[in-house]
Amino acid sequence: MIQEEFPSGGDRFPPTRRSVIEAVRSIDAEERESALEALCAAYWRPVYKYIRLRWNRAPDAAQDLTQGFFVELLERELLDKFDAKKSRLRTYLRLCVDSFVMNEDKAGRRQKRGGNIPHVALDFSAAEEELGATVIDPTKIASPESLEEFFEKEWVRGLFTLAVEELRELCIARERERTFHLFEAYDLQGNEKISYEQLSNEYGIPLTDVTNALAWARREFRKIALERLRELCGSEEEFHREARVAFGWDAK
Amino acid sequence: MKFLSDRALERLRDATDLPDLSGTHYRLLERIARGGMGVVFTAEDERLQRRVALKVLDLPGAAGDLANRLIREARVLARLEHPGIVPVHDVGTLADGRVFYTMKFVEGHRLDQHIESVASTPDRLRIFLRICDAVAFAHARGVLHRDLKPANIMVGPFGEVLVMDWGLAKILREKNRIEARVVDPGQTIVEKQNRSFESDGALQFSAITQHGMVMGTPGYMSPEQARGDVEHLDARSDIFSLGALLRFLLTGNPEAALAPSATRMDKSLAAICAKASATLPSGRYSNVSELALDVSRYLDGLAVAAHQETVFEKVGRFYRRYRFFILLIAAYLAMRVLILIFMRR
Repeated sequence: MIQEEFPSGGDRFPPTRRSVIEAVRSIDAEERESALEALCAAYWRPVYKYIRLRWNRAPDAAQDLTQGFFVELLERELLDKFDAKKSRLRTYLRLCVDSFVMNEDKAGRRQKRGGNIPHVALDFSAAEEELGATVIDPTKIASPESLEEFFEKEWVRGLFTLAVEELRELCIARERERTFHLFEAYDLQGNEKISYEQLSNEYGIPLTDVTNALAWARREFRKIALERLRELCGSEEEFHREARVAFGWDAK
Repeated sequence: MKFLSDRALERLRDATDLPDLSGTHYRLLERIARGGMGVVFTAEDERLQRRVALKVLDLPGAAGDLANRLIREARVLARLEHPGIVPVHDVGTLADGRVFYTMKFVEGHRLDQHIESVASTPDRLRIFLRICDAVAFAHARGVLHRDLKPANIMVGPFGEVLVMDWGLAKILREKNRIEARVVDPGQTIVEKQNRSFESDGALQFSAITQHGMVMGTPGYMSPEQARGDVEHLDARSDIFSLGALLRFLLTGNPEAALAPSATRMDKSLAAICAKASATLPSGRYSNVSELALDVSRYLDGLAVAAHQETVFEKVGRFYRRYRFFILLIAAYLAMRVLILIFMRR
């Protein structure tokens, strides 16, 4: 046990960054831009895949619409209108995407975008490959529930991908690359045949080191994922609800 | 960035769901239940070499509302040392920042599962009386359970009855005590509250459940609790739940608490249930002991306070209570009559 006493005003974890919802309303331009980057990094993949699937757009058109959506989010200050008491940010953004695509269709517009969106590398070809690898049931995809479910799953995938990437960076910074490799081999590759013993033999380290390394990596991954999630939520209640969804607590 | 397959997402979810017990003397065994705010696992206490139940929050942080509630639950349990209340062993924060506590691992069945194997009404009533014992003890310590229902009662392999899940428990404050005393002098259980219990910091937790916040289970939750009238709850709110629980025990029907009028039972028992779960707190038993006394009187074949008997009912009850002697005397008299008849011939 780390702690026997329970301080009333503090937490042993460092204070998290501000929620993006608060940060995009900030008067500080730098903070605003950084919040939009965080939002864009977490949502561009789900948005792109959703446009491809829900709106049945070709890759080129979906790329333009994805970029256009984030530009619109910035220019029309759509996040200012978000009310955390009324809905989840995830749902709000999905509805904004629907509305944006419909408006673009009505106006018959299709512009090349990209000038004003936050500085986030949008690797559309990778997203396209991922879409190919995603198992989609074509009989279900037309229903609103399955689209919501699809968007939710891609959102969780996006969140976890960011957390894994951040964990990798953390491992490099702390010279714990081997820990990340162990985590990658055991928890990410999903190979049922790999055991702690095999990893111990493969890396030539004691079994306890494998156990400890994996425990550390999972702990850090969980912490990072929750911190990123907290940033992407507009309220503590939304954070609790979204954490249950992201980590699948209700399904267990 | 590497693509995470659906399988990888599931593995990550599974891997991160397990609490990080490094630095503790517990070894994780298996997940046994999931609740609204966390998970319950079985774990081995490696020092004492015994199995315990470990309840841990989903989210890290010892300063949040959920953490406060869990810590409070552990502290409430620690003060309620009673054979009918599951004992808590330990409380703390894990390396992953999640607050946990360990308690006795109760092997057995939930009351709603156990009751199927208990056929006789007296046996069911005896189980009920043991629940009343534990709740009365908690009330005497100034603690309301607020979520009494079959799923929160465990029956062990040796018939031990344990009241579980004190996550919604409310610690009564001085204000409640004064109000209760005015309403019901000398009767309310909160008057028996141990003052030293309040003075050691437990009081701070009573404000956690805010006025207007509704917590509980429909059918088992008192009307005042359902309204969110948290500040005015007293022992009679739990008595309402006990009434619903008694109705469930007598009918074996989990829906009985939701539709009491649809259930048929003995008039005295029906009256006890009705009085315990009266809509207005003033219409209920003023404390659990009174309720338990009425149930005990029924078991002993005596008149119950909740029901005004007619002459026929009195006779019927008298007959049921002394059936053996009445039948013996009747048999004796019948024999005498037969002998007289034979002798006259």
